[in-house]
Amino acid sequence: MKGRAIVIGGGLHGCGTALHLAQKGFDALVLEKNSAGRHASGVNAGGVRQLRRHPAEIPLSVAAMERWLHLDAFLGADLAAMCEFTGRVGQVAAAENDADMASLIARSDEVHRLGWTHEELLDQAELRKVAPALARHCVGGLISRRDGYANPYRTSQAFRLKAQRAGVRFQEGTRVLGLEQMSEGWRVETSADRFESDIVVNCGGAWGWQIAGMVGEVLPHVDFAPSMMVSARLPHFLDPVVLGVGRKLSFKQTDNGTVVIGGGIFGIPDLDAETADPVADRLIISARTVSDLFPIMRTAVIVRTWAGLEARMPDDIPVIGPSTTVRNLWHAFGFSGHGFQLSPIVGSLLAELIVEGRSSLPLEPFRAGRFSEGSAVTHPEVAS
Amino acid sequence: MFRRLHEPSATVTVYLDDAPLRVAAGDTVAAALLGVGVAVFRAAPRHGSPRGPHCMIGNCYECLVEIDGMPYRQACLTTVADGMRIRRPIEREAPP
Amino acid sequence: MTLRTACELAIIGGGPAGMAAATQASALGIDTLVLDEQPAPGGQIHRGIETVQATRAADMRILGEDYAEGAVLTATFRASGAAYEPGSVVWQALEDGRIGVSCDGASRMLTARRILITTGAMERPVPLPGWTLPGVMGAGAAQTLLKASGMVPDVPVAIIGTGPLIYLIAAQFVRAGVQIAAVLLTAPEVGMADAIKLLPGAMRSGRTLLKGLAWRSELRSAGVRMLHGVSRPVIEGAGQVESVSYTHGGVRHRTPVGLVLLHNGVIPNTQLSLATRCKHEWDARQQYWRPQTDEWSATSHARIAVAGDGAGIMGARAAASQGRMAALDAAVRLGKIDAARRDAMVSDDRAELERQHALREMLDRLFQPAQELLAPTGIGGVVCRCEDVTVSELEDAVEKGCTDVNRVKAFTRCGMGPCQGRMCGPTVAQVIARKLGQTPDVPGQFRIRLPVRPISLAELAELQT
Repeated sequence: MKGRAIVIGGGLHGCGTALHLAQKGFDALVLEKNSAGRHASGVNAGGVRQLRRHPAEIPLSVAAMERWLHLDAFLGADLAAMCEFTGRVGQVAAAENDADMASLIARSDEVHRLGWTHEELLDQAELRKVAPALARHCVGGLISRRDGYANPYRTSQAFRLKAQRAGVRFQEGTRVLGLEQMSEGWRVETSADRFESDIVVNCGGAWGWQIAGMVGEVLPHVDFAPSMMVSARLPHFLDPVVLGVGRKLSFKQTDNGTVVIGGGIFGIPDLDAETADPVADRLIISARTVSDLFPIMRTAVIVRTWAGLEARMPDDIPVIGPSTTVRNLWHAFGFSGHGFQLSPIVGSLLAELIVEGRSSLPLEPFRAGRFSEGSAVTHPEVAS
Repeated sequence: MFRRLHEPSATVTVYLDDAPLRVAAGDTVAAALLGVGVAVFRAAPRHGSPRGPHCMIGNCYECLVEIDGMPYRQACLTTVADGMRIRRPIEREAPP
Repeated sequence: MTLRTACELAIIGGGPAGMAAATQASALGIDTLVLDEQPAPGGQIHRGIETVQATRAADMRILGEDYAEGAVLTATFRASGAAYEPGSVVWQALEDGRIGVSCDGASRMLTARRILITTGAMERPVPLPGWTLPGVMGAGAAQTLLKASGMVPDVPVAIIGTGPLIYLIAAQFVRAGVQIAAVLLTAPEVGMADAIKLLPGAMRSGRTLLKGLAWRSELRSAGVRMLHGVSRPVIEGAGQVESVSYTHGGVRHRTPVGLVLLHNGVIPNTQLSLATRCKHEWDARQQYWRPQTDEWSATSHARIAVAGDGAGIMGARAAASQGRMAALDAAVRLGKIDAARRDAMVSDDRAELERQHALREMLDRLFQPAQELLAPTGIGGVVCRCEDVTVSELEDAVEKGCTDVNRVKAFTRCGMGPCQGRMCGPTVAQVIARKLGQTPDVPGQFRIRLPVRPISLAELAELQT
């Protein structure tokens, strides 16, 4: 056995990391303060998206997409089915005007320069073919054809069950209160028992900065609450997920016919109460954007709204890698509203880094130390 | 399924799937339809099973019909109006 | 009618609690607005009372005296000076006093200094096999049709379950000449002697006790087939209800029917109060959740009160008293009167509430929720009507680690349909608790978010803030 690992946080990245550590011979325990997948992992919009990612994320996203498209191999048939993943329908950013289109062209150029081919420009005719329900004024788009969507909560449970099958133990309702580094390993104080471990991984999501603070590591702590609306069922009218360009929108019709609307509309986060509330006034903009872009939605009825709790990093990409202040502690949090699609790969890479000292894909851009170096820059082309 | 104890003091004409119906003014759409023998208002989405009103006070959402072009209206919370067009999107059989 | 965008006291719901509160509040000089999703005041118990009085006065004999009591309350409310906006659907009520409301296809936010929620009760869902068939309704639904539309069944009807409402509706049917195929009561029969023994408060509630027994003898005299101790009721039919089967006296029976009415008691409708995120508590005896309220109906939120059956089932008279007391408390909080004046004005209502408490204790003991009806026993039983989620799917989710109602909801879609868990929440908790050997409160309540009633995208796009 490689040793004991405690993973803090039972979301997708916590489960994924624990899974891969267990597969590499660790005795892994996940400590989750609520229930596995309770927060961002379970309530996000479910987009499985390579499209318009920060350049640092692209290699991870492409590798993750391979796993999504072969989910059976990754999770086993029954757990793969649990995720309700629909792939290869595409995610497309729709340009409403020339300025939007210009930004998509610039993006496409950049991605090609970097050597990637998964993003493809569409002219108006091609856009209408992939998304006939889009308003006629849209002039073109940028599509990643292999993209799709899944059920976030069911996917979170599938990851947890996979981890459990690999021998990972879970203790829910257990909040980490303190981390004490000893000569060999860690003492972890919780609201339930005290634990000891050789390594600790911080997958604390919106509370990740608090965990980091327990070892004297100051990491950015902006939390935000992306909110979502879902409509009553409509007859099938849309295959791909549609994203706004000049205006914020994330729009998809799920397999059961309901329409999930999100994208850049924020609710009010309450980290202490561990919940978030959507705000009606802020949904007005989203409702208007939807009405403008999808005329078929003019008789749609909103049945439910919700909001999740996410951590945002200043450059909109996560922290993945070793702590800068202490040994034997690693981070994987701060996915800034777009960690879902990366979930099959992050834990795998982090486990490689932990066990073998190097990861098969570059994790350098996600290093925790970048904020104090002053090198963290907001990338203009990051879709949420 | 239901009968009126008295003749209504006033009536209006509504259209159910394009067929005209004379119903009592002041009734909810749900009561009006039940009163002319309509038992099935819609089909539940998952298996298409037939459904009709269950609670009559707006909690069960089984009485959903399309009214004047707007879908998803609760018939038990909507009062009939002259000329109202009611549709049952799945059901297309002729009313009694 | 110009719709209001601000008021001092916003009352949501136009039943006894709301009407009494509005009348009292207005009398104390509070700028009061009542938002009612119904077209006319009365709530459920006094549903349609103005229309009945005006056009179907003969029906008052059928409906009975509890109903008729609403006439004065309603007339007083109408004359009170409180603003009344019918056809107004509240889809959000916030801690800061803002309310999202839809009226005539348009939505707006309005601001109140204080909110009083008086949205009342609902029938406990009764998830019997076959309960989703057309022609199966709550007993209260039949009452609504009788009161609001003067309509009665014209096919043989079976009434199944337990609770005083069953006797009332059956008696009303008898008076209206309706053919009752059977009244199938799941509880064993309670005789007069047992009733008196069981009931410490019986003498104080004597009038009501006698009234209930009077209904029962009315049914017997009319020859209505009433069976006690019925078990395993099943509703059958292809496309529509055709018959009910049940076990009685150790024998399995089947009765052809054209309508089935279900009843297993009444529970607070907590959808709006839950959405405000004020604290709720579990009533173990009556097996329901209710908002935590004090004597003045105040909740854990500074600006929100919940009065009437929505805070705990006590009936119409208690609701009116609670409404008045909540209005008095609001007057203190809004600076219209001082606490001494408020306290001097409550003695009658306090006494009424004590009487109603004793009565409620008696009724609670006589009519406990039928355990067998709380959750389906067969694994194929439909728990979530909207999404057709069965017991076996819920139990599968529990086995996979989803051990509270919200996890089960996220995993199975149970509670995600248009009713947002109103018709399945209590049952889901029972199924989980049964599987895990817990009391039914442990699995919790659904997290409710805006909109508490669906709102069209078009209305949201034009929301007036």
